[in-house]
Formats: sequence, structure tokens, C-alpha cells
Amino acid sequence: MQPQSRDCRFAGKLRPWISYYKRRQSRAPNRQLTVLRCCCTVTEMAALRLLNFWAMLVTLSVCNGWLFENFGSYRNREADEVALWPLPQKIQISGAAFQLSSAGFQITHANGSTAGPSCSLLQNAFRRYFDYIFGNARKQGKNQQKVFDSELQELQVLLTAKDPECDGYPNLKTDESYQLEVDQPTSVLKAANVWGALRGLETFSQLVYEDDYGAHKINKTSISDFPRFAHRGILLDTSRHYLPLKAILTNLEAMAMNKFNVFHWHIVDDHSFPFLSRTFPDLSQRKGAFHPYTHVYTPSDVKMVIEFARMRGIRVVAEFDTPGHTQSWGKGQPDLLTPCFSGSSPTGTFGPVNPILNSTYDFMTRFFKEVSTVFPDAYIHLGGDEVDFSCWKSNPDIQKFMDQQGFGQDYKKLESYYIQRLLDIVSATNKGYMVWQEVFDNGVKLKGDTVVEVWMNNNVDGELQKVTGSGFTTILSAPWYLDYISYGQDWQKYYKVEPLSFQGTAEQKKLVIGGEACLWGEYVDGTNLTPRLWPRASAVGERLWSDENVKDINSAYNRLAKHRCRMVQRGIPAEPLYIGFCPHEYGGL
Amino acid sequence: TAGRFLRLLFLLCILHYEAGQVFGVWPMPQQITQSTDRYLLSPQSFSFSYSKDSAAQSGCSVLDSAFKRYYSLIFPDAADGARKTEFSINTLVAAGAAALKAQSVWGALRGRVYSLIYSLHCIYYFVNKTEIQDFPRFEFRGLLLDTSRHYLPLNAILKTLDAMAYSKFNVFHWHIVDDPSFPYQSYSYPDLSSKGAFHPMTHIYTQSDVKRVISHARMRGIRVIPEFDTPGHTQSWGKGQPNLLTPCYKGDVPSGTFGPVNPILDSTYQFMSGLFKEMKSVFPDSYVHLGGDEVNFACWKSNPNVRAFMTKMGFGHDYTKLESYYIENIVNISSALNKTPIVWQDVFDYRERIPKDTVLEIWKGVPADYRTELAKITHAGYRVLLSAPWYINHISYGQDWRNSYTVQPQNFSGTDQQKALVIGGEVCMWGEYVDATNLHPRLWPRACAAAERLWSNEEMTSNVDQAFPRLEKFRCSLIRRGIQAEPLFVGYCKDEYRGV
Repeated sequence: MQPQSRDCRFAGKLRPWISYYKRRQSRAPNRQLTVLRCCCTVTEMAALRLLNFWAMLVTLSVCNGWLFENFGSYRNREADEVALWPLPQKIQISGAAFQLSSAGFQITHANGSTAGPSCSLLQNAFRRYFDYIFGNARKQGKNQQKVFDSELQELQVLLTAKDPECDGYPNLKTDESYQLEVDQPTSVLKAANVWGALRGLETFSQLVYEDDYGAHKINKTSISDFPRFAHRGILLDTSRHYLPLKAILTNLEAMAMNKFNVFHWHIVDDHSFPFLSRTFPDLSQRKGAFHPYTHVYTPSDVKMVIEFARMRGIRVVAEFDTPGHTQSWGKGQPDLLTPCFSGSSPTGTFGPVNPILNSTYDFMTRFFKEVSTVFPDAYIHLGGDEVDFSCWKSNPDIQKFMDQQGFGQDYKKLESYYIQRLLDIVSATNKGYMVWQEVFDNGVKLKGDTVVEVWMNNNVDGELQKVTGSGFTTILSAPWYLDYISYGQDWQKYYKVEPLSFQGTAEQKKLVIGGEACLWGEYVDGTNLTPRLWPRASAVGERLWSDENVKDINSAYNRLAKHRCRMVQRGIPAEPLYIGFCPHEYGGL
Repeated sequence: TAGRFLRLLFLLCILHYEAGQVFGVWPMPQQITQSTDRYLLSPQSFSFSYSKDSAAQSGCSVLDSAFKRYYSLIFPDAADGARKTEFSINTLVAAGAAALKAQSVWGALRGRVYSLIYSLHCIYYFVNKTEIQDFPRFEFRGLLLDTSRHYLPLNAILKTLDAMAYSKFNVFHWHIVDDPSFPYQSYSYPDLSSKGAFHPMTHIYTQSDVKRVISHARMRGIRVIPEFDTPGHTQSWGKGQPNLLTPCYKGDVPSGTFGPVNPILDSTYQFMSGLFKEMKSVFPDSYVHLGGDEVNFACWKSNPNVRAFMTKMGFGHDYTKLESYYIENIVNISSALNKTPIVWQDVFDYRERIPKDTVLEIWKGVPADYRTELAKITHAGYRVLLSAPWYINHISYGQDWRNSYTVQPQNFSGTDQQKALVIGGEVCMWGEYVDATNLHPRLWPRACAAAERLWSNEEMTSNVDQAFPRLEKFRCSLIRRGIQAEPLFVGYCKDEYRGV
């Protein structure tokens, strides 16, 4: 998936200060629109346009807090502070507010909930979100209470599914929807299972703000929410640079704050093999990893990542990319890679996995057996991208094999032959698989539940059409290669992507189950990973969660600027969108 | 047996050793001869000391603290060392002493023995037998931070000063205020920050913060030059200083918005005098940056009083003359306070009459443009600083440090005298998209490229591919010293960054 590094010029020369003023001016006139969008559902929005002014006023009165704002007589600053990200599907916020204090507020299991105190996933989440809400609370003042304020005492979490999945893992079919009603001192968050509850807790924590006196407040709010796409992923690459465990965990935290639910762990590649395999320890211990002790993920590291992710409703999909991108595998597994030839003698260098040896498939069988037990997710990503045929072409044994099989000079057939056998091996472990788009393009026979990942940016719409036209599910990552940085607010570019804009039937569009923001590792390690990814990936997060009509860039700017400050306050060094400040600047230096 | 085990370890270390490398010395010294002979250093017996003949002796605060600082940089595990004394080795440093000679403490600070010292996974530290004669190519090697577009917490600034010292930068150009905010807390005009900062209590630099920055910088041989940019880039000033900015008009009525500093009022110059008097007492450096860039004339043009003044002064409709008039006054104010002004190139481009000792800073344009400007300004006899090719807030995919590295500051048509007027350059990190969350990885090691260009001999360092492995090692040593320096390309550091 990695094109050669681009020719990059040190292009800009002017300080783009002028745009600062342009933006400031352009933001203001859109306030009214923004306000409408926040308090009413998107379908209501469309209806609103047809109504005359009075009808609008009546409709708006439902969200009375915002009504005042529109007339400017009373600025509802508290409501202004609420910057939900990603924006929920349906939301009504009123101007009336409750106060919350760390002494008097609790998150509890509702009576009748199918989960209770034995649900450690929720217990942990309750504590985590309580900390997010009150973490920076200095002295909790009970003074300054306005007359119309009453105190919010409880958020009751009500799970309705027979099995709330406390000890389970999320999957592609997981129901992440939730309903949140904050209108009584005892408020209720209702969801089928823990996964919806986690999303609702995040939203709840985002609704709480500090007023001018430092008191915690939450407006009366009603939310009904669910994700637009089921697969909302982040890819991190731990091969081109090793990422310390802490960096991975921090990003899982940030993912949960943005309602991402898949960590696509591109764990090994040409450059290093940091995965410590129990079956084949030599893969990482014999020079496959950058360092056999300090630059590896031990089984307990991997377990920790998976559990940390599970607690946040995040699936961990590991990618073991073959037959290309495997240079590092060869160091610890002799005869796995194809020896390249120059004329009739081996050059000493190696190419992709050797597809003609039985030993290769024996190795893969045992290796993927281990992988399938280490990673609980129903899917494994098998890669299959960017196979360079030149080494295969140079090898006389391979040429012989090609003749035997009747492949002629079509090395794509050899690649397909390899992948086909690999897929059969993996299927035998009862796992589904994800593959990069080439595997589909090359006509490999795929299982019906295969997820094809579209990453090439040259013909995205055409590819989506083809893949879905053939009845396969697909996820989109082509427009979201976040390792390609540029000067300025490139998050807007990511935000404006519409995954379903291609020509196709409704059936076809249903097969697009989501997307991924990819942060490849050529220029990224623990030093710059987090600020490079956040809040740029947040733009992708909203695109994949919120309604397709949520696309007003000014509203997004205002909310995202605040959301990034919220991430900073929670300890994530998310970089700024533009000029400005956060009340609590990043202090973790 | 413990001793035998250690000797075995020692052998292993030697096996790992590759001879003849210049280990991560950055920027490249002017002259370096290194042999493969090497000395073992032990944390227990190694020390820095003042030579008997040295003009500075114990009690010199800059060197005393530098010794301490560099000792723990060389031996980060010195605390562990104590535990291991029982294994002490009999092959201690053979010649036993190394000498570092410099004219002043500032030279001594640059002679960082550490760069030559490396450890080999075991607890041993070595230094190759080395002779270095070194001096900077340019006297002014600056780095600009912008604390107005985003507030940078004090720690972020101090850490930047640490990293600057490692790359031998010697000027911190503090672009302290600008349109978006005024974080400098002035004791003469406290309203400037109480009304002009992002937040009057949390997003300001108090007098003691500024003192801390200056002293931290001094200890590292770094000058602090503040920039109070006028008459443009001053929106935030207007909030705390009524009547300072020009009221803009729409037709005959004020529009309620404000433009650049109002150049026609005496009160403006009284205020500036007062502020610069304070500057003189706060910032010890004899230079001050007066800005003078990007003045938008639209508001001046709209204002009837300004127009009347133009007529009175005989400026016609040439607003660059008004700008010149203003800058001349400001330059005179700072000259009267014995401060040498630095200004952006715009001031020269407007043909303003400015004293000959003024330094002009070039910030505009691609190489063709800044070369022309270099020729023009030096032809007029002014000293010049180059920052145009080093706006490293402009990021792009890939190894853009290579572009910074291949800049040739004296490659323009001009006489030797003209070239001598290029006194250095600056790396600029403007703050539109930068705050404490991403400052360090965006600065380092990208700024190191310019640091070497400004310090080292250009011929010795003309090959960017040869510089690559040295810079890779240097970035790992920055990480080891706690600087969050991002990678140049695929690979790893022995000790990775452990923060978030």
C-alpha cells in the first residue's frame, strides 16, 4: 500500500495569516445554520427549509436554549460549550441545565439492567468517564447555583439485551446504538449491550461542560444515536517504526473518544517483525525485529492491547501481509522467501514468499493457527498488496513451476495460486479475512464474507462499484492516508469525503461497511504519532459515524476545535486545527 | 568470576564496535581528526575540570552548570553506575585527560565532548582519540518561535532551548506577540496582556517567566531577541491600549474595526517609547526585532485623519512613505536606547531611511527571489539574515530537511564584502498550526539541517546523502536526551521515545 516517497518540495512561502481573518468572518454568518443542525435531526432540517419563519420559530422552540441564542438577547454560552464529536444522529438540547458535582454524582447500573456490578467492562468505563468528567475539577463549589438549576445525581445505565456481552468482544454485527435521556435528576442511558453503553458514556461525558464559575453542568438533552457505518478503523504500522506499547494504548484511548471501533494493527512488514510468535520465536528473535527484546510485542503485550481495546469497544484486527512485504520474515524463517537469481546463480537477495514449496504452506498453517488463537477477532487481515514479480521471474524453479501449472508468463496467476491456498488455510481456522484490493482485482476466489479494503486512490469510485457489484463487502481507506501530511487544514479534505458517492444500487451501497484512516510508518514513530493522527483522524471518525448530511464545514470546525481541546485535557496531545487556544493547554512535555 | 564474566561482556562490546565512524557529531566541526584509538570512560572517574591556565575557574556559573548538565547527558545511567562499582575495570582512560580550549565560556559550551562518546549496550562508554578545531561559519544562528498564534507553555520553550544548544543554535528569536494574542505581561502597560492575551492568567508570560527563559538561554550560550512587530500584526495590542490602532472607516463613519498602529498620533510614539524602555530593562541583548512586515494600507487609506496627515506631510498617495515615517520613528526610539534594530525585509523594500547598522531579515520567496534580495540588500551595505528557505512550519510529506540542508546562503551575485554582510540565518516555526502538542517533533530534527548549514563548512557538508546517517544518529541522541525528535525515515533508535 505504500507508494514510493513522493517528491516533495518546500513549497509555501507566505505566512497564511490573511486566511485567519477570512475564516473569522466566514464563520460568523453560519452560526444560525450550525445551531439548527445541532438541535434538530437532519430530516427535520430538510423540512424546515419548506416552512415559513413562524413555523420555524415554533419548531425551534422545542430546543428553547438555542432559541435565545438566535435572538442574541441571551447568549446561551453553556450550550455553546457543548461540542459533540462525532455528532449524534438525533439530538435535542434544551437551555435548562443540571449541575453535577463529583461528590454528588454517580454512574450506576439501572434497576432492570441485564448488567450489574459484576460487569467489569462497565465498572471500568464508569470510572474512566467519571474521571474524564471531573478529572480537572479543582475545588468543587456548590455555590453559584442558579435558581433554575437542579442537581444531576445519577446516570443510570440500562442494558436490555439478554446477554449484555460484558465479557465478549465486539464484532462487525455489534449493535452500538444507544438512547440518552437527561431530563431528570436521575438520567438514563439505554443500550442493548455494553458496546452501545460505551458509545453513550462517551457522548454523555462530552455533554458535560464547566461554566464560568468552574461548576460542571449538563443541559437537558435527549439523544438517540447509532453509527452510519459498522467498521470505523485506524491503521497503525508497527513495522516501519516500532511503536512503544504506551503509544498504542494512548491511541486506543483517542479512538474511543472519537467512536472508532477497529484497530487495524499492521504489525509486521518488510522492515521489522516485532510480533513475538510462540510457535516461531525466531521470526522476531533472529534479527526480524529491530531488537529482539526492546523492539518486540510479547504475547502479554498483545494481550494487553486486545484487552485495553475490548474495554473500549474496539476490535483488534491484526494484519499479516503476504506474499509481498515480508523481507523481515525471511530473517528468522529460512526458505520462506523466494531466492532471487541473476542469470543462473542466486544473488543472495530474496523476494516475496516462495509459493512453490510445501514447506511454505506448512509454515503458514502453523503460523496462522497461532495467530487465530492470539487474536480473538473474527477477521484476520491477510494483506496481499503490492507483490513485485521480478524476483519470482528470475528464479528458475519458479519458472518450472509456472510451466507445470500452465500459468504461462502470467505471474498474477501464481500470486492467486498462493493467496488461494493461504485463504483455505485461514478459513480452516474459522476466521474470516480482510484483504487489500489487489487480491480481488486479480480474480482470487474469495469467501462470501471477505472484506475487501480499497486503498488505491486512482479510481476509487470504479473500484467500489466493481467490488460491491461482485457482492463483496468493502471498506474504504484510499482517501484517508493520513501519513501524507501537507501544510494547512487538511482535515477538511478528509471530512468532505462521501464514501457512498459512487454509482451503484442501494444493495451495492449497503456493502460499503466503513472505512479506515491509515497512518503508515515511514515518517512516524512514538515521537510524532499522536499529534499527527489527532485530530485529523477525528474528521474520518465523524464521516463514518454521523449522518451523511452532517457536512457543514463551519459547524465541524467549531465543534472539532473544542473536541481537540477536550482530547488535550484528557491527556492526548492532539494538535491544533488553527490559531487559538485551549483553556487547558497540553502540559505533558 | 564476576570479573571474568565482565571481561567477556567487554569483548562482546568490542565485537560490536565499528571503527572509524564519526558518531553522531552534528553540526560537523570545521576540522576533525579521529583515530580508532579509543579511551574508556567511567562515570566514577571521569570529570570535567578547569585547566590550570584557564581564565575561568570554578565559580563560573555558566561552565559549572554546563559541566553538570553534560555529565548526566554522557552518563545517563550514572545512578546505576554506583551499584556497579564493585566491577570497576582496570583499563581506565589511558591518557587520562582531555583538553578543551576556548576563548570564552560560549566557545566552551560548543565543545561538547559528549558528541564523540558512545556507549556499547554494556555499561561502558568510550571516546575516540580526537582532535577538533571548531568555530561557526555564521555568527547568527537563530530559531524563531511564535507565541502569539498559539501560547507555548514555558516548559515547551525551555525544552526548545535545550535542543537548540545541542544543535549549536545561538539566537532565540522570540516572536512574542502578534495579531492573535499578546501574552507578554508588561509592567508598564499591564492591560496589553490582561486584555490582549488568550487568557489573562493562564496564557501569559510573567516577568519571572521571561527572566527564566533568558537565564536558561544564557546558560546555553543562546541570546534572546524579542520581536515586537509593528505597525502591522498588532490587532491584539489594540485591546489593552486604546487609540493605539488606526480606526478604519467606511465612508465617513468609523467601521468599528482597527488597522495597523496609528502613525499620526504623538501618543503612539510616547507609548512605544515607554514600551521599548521597558524592553531595554527586561531583555539584555543589544538587538531588538522591530518587525515591520506585511502592513496592510487599506485601513490607513480609509481614515480621513490619516489622509489629512498624508497631505500635510506631502506624502501624496504613497502609503509606503507613511510606513517609512513610522518605522523611522520606531528605529530612532530603539537606537536612542542603544538597541540595534532587526527588521523584516519589507522595510528595505519600502526604501525607508534606516541606520546602517540595521539588520534586515529576508523571509520572502523561492531561491531566485531571495538571492536577488540578498544581492540588493548587501549591495546597499546592510547586514542581512536569511530565513526565507527555512520556514519549517511549512510541512510536507517526506524528507523535507534535505531542502533546508542544501540552501547556500552566500550563493548570490555579489562581492566578497557583500557576502560578508550575510551574518547568518533563522529557522522559523510560525504558530498557525503549532502548539505544545506538536512543536517538538515538528522542529526536531528538521531544524538541525539549517543548524549545520549555519555552523559548518559548506564544502565539507555539501552531500546530503552523507549527512543522512549522521543526522539519523543525532536524532536518536536527541531522543536519548529527552527531545521528542521525529524520525527521518524507516528505522529505529536503541532507546525509543517513551512519552505519548
